[in-house]
Amino acid sequence: MATSTTAPDADRREPRAGSPARRPTRRPRGPRRSLLPYLLLAPAVVLELAIHVIPMVVGVWMSLLELTQFHIRDWSTAPFIGLENYRATLDLNSAAGKELLHSFWITLAYSLLSVGFAWLLGISAAVVLQRPFRGRAILRALFLTPYALPVYAAVITWSFLLQRDTGLVNHVLVDQLGLMNERPFWLIGDNSFWSLLVVSVWRNWPFAFLCLMAGLQNVPGELYEAAAIDGAGFWRRLRSVTLPMLRPVNLVLLLVLFLWTFNDFNTPFVLFGGSAPEQADLISIHIYRSSFKTWDFGSGSAMSVALLLFLLVVSAAYLLITNRRRDDHA
Amino acid sequence: MRETAGERWGRRIVLTLLTLFVVIPLYVMVTSAAKPLQDVQNGFTWWPSRPTLQPFIDMWSTVPLARYLVNSLVVSSIAAVCSVAVAIFAAFAVSRYRFRGRGVFSVTVLSTQMFPGILFLLPLFLIYVNLGNATGIELYASRTGLIITYLTFSLPFSIWMLVGYFDSIPRGLDEAAQVDGAGPLRTLFQVILPAAVPGVVAVTVYAFMTAWGEVLFASVMTDEGSRTLAVGLQGYSTQFNVYWNQIMAASLVVSIPVVVGFLALQRYFVAGLTAGAVK
Repeated sequence: MATSTTAPDADRREPRAGSPARRPTRRPRGPRRSLLPYLLLAPAVVLELAIHVIPMVVGVWMSLLELTQFHIRDWSTAPFIGLENYRATLDLNSAAGKELLHSFWITLAYSLLSVGFAWLLGISAAVVLQRPFRGRAILRALFLTPYALPVYAAVITWSFLLQRDTGLVNHVLVDQLGLMNERPFWLIGDNSFWSLLVVSVWRNWPFAFLCLMAGLQNVPGELYEAAAIDGAGFWRRLRSVTLPMLRPVNLVLLLVLFLWTFNDFNTPFVLFGGSAPEQADLISIHIYRSSFKTWDFGSGSAMSVALLLFLLVVSAAYLLITNRRRDDHA
Repeated sequence: MRETAGERWGRRIVLTLLTLFVVIPLYVMVTSAAKPLQDVQNGFTWWPSRPTLQPFIDMWSTVPLARYLVNSLVVSSIAAVCSVAVAIFAAFAVSRYRFRGRGVFSVTVLSTQMFPGILFLLPLFLIYVNLGNATGIELYASRTGLIITYLTFSLPFSIWMLVGYFDSIPRGLDEAAQVDGAGPLRTLFQVILPAAVPGVVAVTVYAFMTAWGEVLFASVMTDEGSRTLAVGLQGYSTQFNVYWNQIMAASLVVSIPVVVGFLALQRYFVAGLTAGAVK
């Protein structure tokens, strides 16, 4: 989405500040003219600085302090310890490092699977709803509902479905279909990862659907007509017309979904009631729990900064690779 | 272009599966909200043994739901209105002016949207607590703190969507207003905003939804007095009982306003996405 904020014709009307010759003569304006855009931006900039940029800088600083429970009340007393927090938390031979690495792999698998399935469901729905038919508007509204629900309401409902003794899932699988003899637990143990994945796909796929639907509206109908005249079947049209035309949307959509799911905190936090079983210990919840359990904000910050660096590297690599490929095709 | 029989059946199968996937949890939410307590305690039932509206009455007394609701309403409304007001000015600047730092601003604001929330949580928590200790400004565990935090969460996407909307409004309208002697702010309020009403409404709903559904900061930055729905709904599971029927009833009640708002405005979201990302 970051590519879209440029307005190529934004300066067609407004002369560049400080070029008095082209200024309309009827309303001479003083130097405040050139200040105006900055004044308009000021509230947004101040808020972004206060809530995002400064805390981020503070977070990096915190990661260099011994900010344990003894110093949390007055953190000016916390001693500076350099990269010690990073060494301690990222040391893969220590228990903490092993747990973090485990959490990292879980999160990576969760993100890739969740994004993949969300995209697959999104593109399926967008393609089959492309041509008008009776009931299309209702289905479109229905498919968007999971995304519109507040996340906690949606996830709490799923945790009810997944209860061992009173949930719908076991009722159908065990009581009605008889597929299993034992009632499995879905919210603890190995199954918890798959439960988390299903809930996340249920919540995220409508966003993919919404974006892909918007993208398909820009595909000219003549392309399909031409492809059909050439004898292209459904799959051929999908491969040769739809997917190439959706490429710009897909590039942004997949990255955004990946970052969202990789940082996901809400789904496991609500689904498992404030904690997460080891098999579904996503990185955000791992950092959250280890920070507030031990009140060691220093190492919590170190893990957060490491997470941010990882995501920056992944995003940069992704953008580089996809841009280079576009150049090759051009 | 005719649809072949295979395509028609493929479409029906895909739509049926997706509909089942989406509808089943919604169905369970709605029907379970009308179940007596024993229906949700002893095994699952597809239909209430005796449909009742009692959970919708009991849910107000099991937890202080009214207080959570008021907190969520106050926090989300104020955050949404402030966020949109700030976003309108910023989007106007980005859409209508060329100035030094314009590109940097756009990229920085959008990229903060992508950063992990947990990264801001610990520092912001410490800043709020220490600021409170040092100056007496209560941001931690107060609705003001939540409002300020939430309004920045929706800001990037709001600015970005509004820039798309403002860009689609012909500059000829600005020029006509300026010929009539209108300054920049009058142009914004009398020409651009009236033409961008659907976009502004859609962005307001988006900002409201963002604040209404936020869990991470709500779970750390609130106390019993300022607790919002996101955390409060977990109070229905006590150590003695889990009132699933009341949880479903409460979930339904807190979902309806945002779902209705979102669905009513969905085509403007699509339009905003088309104007922005898809370009």
